[in-house]
Amino acid sequence: MADASIFPAAISGMFELLSPVPPGWGGNLLRGLANSLQIAFGAFGLGLLIGTLGAYGKLYGGPVIRDILAIYTTIVRAVPELVLILLLYYAGTDLINRVLEAMGYAPVNISGLVAGIVVLGFVQGAYGTEVLRGAIKAIPQGEIEAARAYGMSPGVMMRRIILPAMLPHALPGLANLWLIATKDTALLAVVGFSELTLETRQAAGATKAYFLFYMAAGVLYLLVTLSSNAIIGRVEIWARRGMPSIREA
Amino acid sequence: MTETAVQTFRIAPKQNGDTEARRLAPHRIVLALIGLGLVAASIFFLRWDWLPNYYGLIAQGLWRTIWILAVTCVLGFLLAVPLGLAQAAGPAIVAVPARAFCTIIRGTPLLLQLWLLYYGLGSLFPQYPWIRESELWPYLRQAWPYAVLALTLSYAGYEGEVMRGAFAGVPKGQLEAARAFGMRRFTILRRIWLPQAIHRALPTLAGEAVLQLKATPLVATITVIDLYAVASRVRQDMFITYEPLLLLAAFYLVITGVIVFLFRRLERLIPSKLG
Repeated sequence: MADASIFPAAISGMFELLSPVPPGWGGNLLRGLANSLQIAFGAFGLGLLIGTLGAYGKLYGGPVIRDILAIYTTIVRAVPELVLILLLYYAGTDLINRVLEAMGYAPVNISGLVAGIVVLGFVQGAYGTEVLRGAIKAIPQGEIEAARAYGMSPGVMMRRIILPAMLPHALPGLANLWLIATKDTALLAVVGFSELTLETRQAAGATKAYFLFYMAAGVLYLLVTLSSNAIIGRVEIWARRGMPSIREA
Repeated sequence: MTETAVQTFRIAPKQNGDTEARRLAPHRIVLALIGLGLVAASIFFLRWDWLPNYYGLIAQGLWRTIWILAVTCVLGFLLAVPLGLAQAAGPAIVAVPARAFCTIIRGTPLLLQLWLLYYGLGSLFPQYPWIRESELWPYLRQAWPYAVLALTLSYAGYEGEVMRGAFAGVPKGQLEAARAFGMRRFTILRRIWLPQAIHRALPTLAGEAVLQLKATPLVATITVIDLYAVASRVRQDMFITYEPLLLLAAFYLVITGVIVFLFRRLERLIPSKLG
């Protein structure tokens, strides 16, 4: 590794510490990475769902729905994710347990995975709403009017016209959201969910090799980002097929 | 359905175009009343008796949050200008490291960068006697230099990418005209290129500043006492969950509003006539 020279004490021990079998901590890091990716996927999917509905509501909904959505996106985008995660995490689990108690059921323990997905998905939904709203507005509106003139129901129109037509406009924003989702999973370390950053911290604390483990986790995150970028590039080429080439911003 | 059909035709905005009436639409009054009701309910039904004991601490935390935000935004922007310039116009020997820096910063979570600097670098420093004997050591033992460094680098990484686009977006004719006037390269940068690039980047600067504000609570995880850390302390001291967090969210909402307002004023100062 390149940083071996900054690490005077433990050059030979580095690989031992990082090995994936029990004396090393590599397995823990990989398990944390798997957890992080799981949450990122779930949160991104949930965010897409909320975002699609939100964008639809913001564009075509009634005045009340529009105002409520405006409040949702404004507040979520103005308050730090860390604070939102804490608020939603505690308030959400508390609320569910109180409802269950009122209905006569025993309180449940909500798994960190589900809570993480729901909380991050809620945050992602706000950003997704704005991204998708912009993308739908970028579709030539004549296409939507033509679809209506053909008598398509809103569901069919969304599936056949709006979603495919907006995809190339939405992809850069969605790619950004995906990268934010992978990085925001690190915030769940603060509420004690054992994703990559918290696993790293525990490994580093146990072995005292702080620099080594944080660098290793950084490399893992970077690999996720770079491979995502490669895949997103391919998807973008696919989604833009038949369209004029991308203009350099 | 009739609602949507009306929306897409251009007649709709003219029919109910007077925005004043829309702003005071009855449903908005109802929403505002519900909002006020929620605020009133949280004031009356939640516990706020701890508040007077923490005024000093809250003010201190607020000041530290704003201070960190301002310092890291300014330093980060100063760093972002050369990063953007190197990527937009520099030779490969500076462009490649600048791009690598931006990719690494944007590709890893800020929390990890913060912990890498504080716990990682911080644990390496004491091994070297010359660092311990240097004048900087009293500072290197505290947490805030690491917080400022991490947030500055993060802001520079994100903003460097924006500045790259902004530098590249200035019309080439402007630079050619400046060169035709016989300006030296540094004068071109100072008088023509940089001002126009900053003007182009200004709308995103407000967004980046808000993002930076939302990143500041992370410094609480390395023992810097900012607004967020004060709220955590109240939660631990008083065994209450929601009240400090709600107050915290309100504080951040207000600061965000102030940032957006200030940048809007700043944008209005510069006459905007983009061709």
